[in-house]
Amino acid sequence: MTARVRRPKGRSLEPVAGNGLINRRALLGRGAIFAGALGMGVESTMASAAAEPLTDDPWSLEPGAIVPSYQLPSRFEKNVVRTLSNPKGEPRTSHARTPHHLLAGTITPNGLHFTIVHAGIPDIEPEQHRLVIHGLVKRPLVFTLETIERYPMTSRISFLECGGNSAPMFSNEPIQASVQALHGLVSCAEWTGVRLSILLEEAGIEPTAKWLIAEGADAPALSRSVPLKKGLDDAMIAIYQNGERLMPGNGYPMRLLLPGYEGNMNVKYLRRLKLTDQPAMSYYETRTYSPILPNEKAYRFYFLQEVKSFITHPSFGQKLTEPSLYEISGVAYSGTGRISKVMVSADGGKSWAQAALQAPVLSKAFTRFRMPWRWDGGPAILQSRAWDEAGNVQPTRAQIVAERGETKTVPNVLGFPSQHFNGVTSWSVERNGEVKHVYA
Amino acid sequence: MSTPKIVAVAVAISLLGSAFGQSTARAEGPNLGKPINHADVAAWDISILPDGTGLPSGSGTAADGAKIYAEKCSACHGDNGKGGINGSVVGGGPLDRIEAVKTIANFWGYPTTLFDFIRRAMPWPEPRTLANEEVYALVAYIFAQNKLIGENDVMNAQTLPKVKMPNRAGFIIRFPDQI
Repeated sequence: MTARVRRPKGRSLEPVAGNGLINRRALLGRGAIFAGALGMGVESTMASAAAEPLTDDPWSLEPGAIVPSYQLPSRFEKNVVRTLSNPKGEPRTSHARTPHHLLAGTITPNGLHFTIVHAGIPDIEPEQHRLVIHGLVKRPLVFTLETIERYPMTSRISFLECGGNSAPMFSNEPIQASVQALHGLVSCAEWTGVRLSILLEEAGIEPTAKWLIAEGADAPALSRSVPLKKGLDDAMIAIYQNGERLMPGNGYPMRLLLPGYEGNMNVKYLRRLKLTDQPAMSYYETRTYSPILPNEKAYRFYFLQEVKSFITHPSFGQKLTEPSLYEISGVAYSGTGRISKVMVSADGGKSWAQAALQAPVLSKAFTRFRMPWRWDGGPAILQSRAWDEAGNVQPTRAQIVAERGETKTVPNVLGFPSQHFNGVTSWSVERNGEVKHVYA
Repeated sequence: MSTPKIVAVAVAISLLGSAFGQSTARAEGPNLGKPINHADVAAWDISILPDGTGLPSGSGTAADGAKIYAEKCSACHGDNGKGGINGSVVGGGPLDRIEAVKTIANFWGYPTTLFDFIRRAMPWPEPRTLANEEVYALVAYIFAQNKLIGENDVMNAQTLPKVKMPNRAGFIIRFPDQI
């Protein structure tokens, strides 16, 4: 073992902030140090009784199941699912939220990627689908999926977040709900498709064009205005999601991907792009995603999903079984670039320590952060706070409330009292190990 | 898929480039889109801009709109535009709290948004089945019920964009540098 040599005695588990936070270097690919230190007299409740003798289980003593053509998770993982706001398909919007507390890493599996549809999921025949680019262009053009597929492709990992994600955090009292209920309308995937700029340039952009109005082939023909500047920057016509075709709930057979911009603008089932000299002032941009401010004005064209993080482990609904070493972990992301730093607190923000960032740290993508923590069995309030490479800092909840207000009464957890909350989330670890949602 | 396909595309592009020089004047790309004329886009070209661009011919009044509303809209938006499982289209309180209910009368900045949204998305079970005259009539009915226009005012491509919305000046562009 070389671990001993690398570890300056007594440093790897050095406290770096209050209430048990431990230097993140203890995690940086040096599990041996972590384990070794545990055995070296740091207080630990590792079971002192010897383990049971090992035996063969029934599934080890017979051939297993037939291999399926499309595999699904183990039946023991059946609780790892999205939560549905409209399971009976009533005439209103449907939301399906990602169970962040049951996932690890940074890529959201396709079956668990969040979905919002405003009038059901269309059953689009890919051969019949068309994408038209028109308006202020020299040559209006129509593309089939087959022609789009023949363009040079590009891939990028990008988070996608509903502008209304985390809306329950605007509640005047902390709603006791899981990270899935509070923050489940954000996910992260690898998207593959064609750069929009290639198609726009083929159509020939008129100099007067400043906006593109994107429209879907779904029942409400969902429509959003996007600055042409964004369309020429990093926009993509995405047709693959984590290597396979887009899920129907995520835009099959093609969607607009605008990395870092609010989810609703990433128009699914994309069928039309009209270049114009002005925005359409569509329903979703001038009503739904225009949050009311305390001065009775409202923000319009918010667009950016600002720098944000939340702890997924431990989080509401989980229970710490005993005082011991734990890993605090969560996701951080910013619509303006890479995450540069995540700070974690275990004492409600009195002291902070820098978390380890799991590579790769990609622009406009989930970054997993990790922080070793020794829970001594006493009360603790866990928080994370992210910085991005542009210098933007995730605000505290108090800072958001000061600028953006909070509700006067506790809203329904499925409701959207406002939009674009990117403040700090606080989890309180109680003496019995249960995790509650608090404002701190 | 298809490293070979991408390579083939790239080779094809470079061959085209050398064969035709700059004379094609097209941006670099496979150029696989089919040209389409404006008339053939028309059935999909339903965007209405705030200056009225895109509004079709035709017109409607509140009296006509009331009948259509009762038949096709009231189940979700309530009798006379109030109540209903999917929110009122008439009335609205002050924007005195962040969670205030946003309504046409207290929040929407542009009258054109109403025509655009009704025509593209309503009625919920059968969108894009209303005739343009029906949409104008519904817009007239809803604006009249909200007292934004008179009972007998006619809505058409000329009059609709001129309807004054109370909250027109109520918005702040969040990130001007993104536009």
